[in-house]
Amino acid sequence: MRLALRYGRGGAAAGKTPPAGPPARLLNQLLLRGSSPLAILLIWELASRTGVLPAHILAAPSQIGSAFWNLLASGELLGHLLVSAGRSLAGVSIGVAGGITLALISGLSRAGEIAVDAPMQMLRTLPSLALVPLFILWLGVGEAMKISMIAFGTAFPIYLTLFSGIRGVEAKLVEAAKTLGLTRLELIRHVILPGALPTFFVGLRFSLGGSWLALVVVEQVNAVQGIGFLANDARDFARTDVIVVCLLIYSLLGLTVDVLVRALERWALAWRPSFLNNP
Amino acid sequence: MPSPVSAPNPPAVCLQRISRRFGEHQVLDELSLEIAPGEFVALLGASGSGKTTLLRALAGLDRIDGGELHAPAATATVFQEPRLMPWKRVRHNVALGVRRADAHQLALQALDEVGLSHRIDAYPATLSGGEAQRAALARGLVREPELFLLDEPFAALDALTRIRMHALLLELWRKHRPAVLLVTHDINEAILLADRVLVLVQGRIAEDVPVPWPRPRHQGEARFDTLRRHFLSLLGVPEADGAEHESADGADRRPHNTQET
Repeated sequence: MRLALRYGRGGAAAGKTPPAGPPARLLNQLLLRGSSPLAILLIWELASRTGVLPAHILAAPSQIGSAFWNLLASGELLGHLLVSAGRSLAGVSIGVAGGITLALISGLSRAGEIAVDAPMQMLRTLPSLALVPLFILWLGVGEAMKISMIAFGTAFPIYLTLFSGIRGVEAKLVEAAKTLGLTRLELIRHVILPGALPTFFVGLRFSLGGSWLALVVVEQVNAVQGIGFLANDARDFARTDVIVVCLLIYSLLGLTVDVLVRALERWALAWRPSFLNNP
Repeated sequence: MPSPVSAPNPPAVCLQRISRRFGEHQVLDELSLEIAPGEFVALLGASGSGKTTLLRALAGLDRIDGGELHAPAATATVFQEPRLMPWKRVRHNVALGVRRADAHQLALQALDEVGLSHRIDAYPATLSGGEAQRAALARGLVREPELFLLDEPFAALDALTRIRMHALLLELWRKHRPAVLLVTHDINEAILLADRVLVLVQGRIAEDVPVPWPRPRHQGEARFDTLRRHFLSLLGVPEADGAEHESADGADRRPHNTQET
């Protein structure tokens, strides 16, 4: 949808420019879209060079660029990035697996719902990041605490959406499946789980968004590696250029994962009318 | 598959004084009914007469409060909506739940019989209303039912598609000879298709009319019209010639109403 919106805007903008061939029009669009960010960068650079914007408040774009290059060239950035990505992956895997398991237990049986749903609904009202002190007391300040925090925050969106997805599968389809003589297991596999998949993906997006938030917070706690550590370390030396590089890395990570999830969704939900009508 | 009728064949369906209440409302009132193997029975009734409740009881989707119900294990049901699993391609929808090694082959064969061999790999959302209902028929057919339950299967289709579907249903029935119970509130449809038309009024069978004419039948015939008037009066509809179109659901409600092929 976002893509369509952009395309629409670009199309409207292109309408104002004189008619040109497709490649030239694309270039025009790019220039048009890019002109404002480019101007901001120029003004920013100018402000830094003339001393209006001191480096301890915000480094110049050129300085940020060279800091990025240096960190990349030395291999330092990649090392921290891998550590952060590893933490995130571990936490998300545990959280998603836990959320799915609990949602299956409470979604597929009354007894499971009684056992699992009420506590989960109570726990989910806790802002998970407020639990950091407790997790530190329980698990120390090491990796276990960091991964657990990420997992904890990730599990709830998955649980909530998958549970409601399972319960929301169209009753008429379940009825039809019964007339086809499906066993309970077949019903779950062929009807209930595929029917719950669209809402599951909504939950997955929320989960991943939450996982970045948790990552940023836990990496501020006694980390000696990771993007969060890099940013914290840079703060001690007032290296605003490195801090900005870290922010950019976080947003790039988020963007990359979002693209991956979209691709996964497109593949898994290929049957949906919205995807069928504009592949 | 029932063998051709030999004298003391047990009926495919046998209902004895079955009852069903919803709260204060007696939906089925000690209803008894027998359907012979291979017999095509249409069940007419106004809304709320209990016809869908009866069909759901036969399909095993609803319990009954009293009486005895015998229906074959090999029963297939087609609903007013196709109720295909949107996430499965047509052929997988048809093969779903068929416990045979050659399920897939049978599914393709059934889809061929309903004229959908060109759509086997389509997702249900891309089918027209008529195509989707053909797929639903194939899904029933592939189970080789001794009893085919049809709950207003053509009510949501446009008039032209409905005519094609009537012909298709008769063709399939002739070939496979299941007992058929067609629930409908379209009087013409009932007379056109069935061996016997039942009229359900307030949970009881008010009339049981054999229609022994050869098919194809035509709506212009005098006996057709006489019978139609008779059913109309039974259903409490005053005679208003020319203005009546007995199907309450004339419009095609499906979103993708592309042309039937």
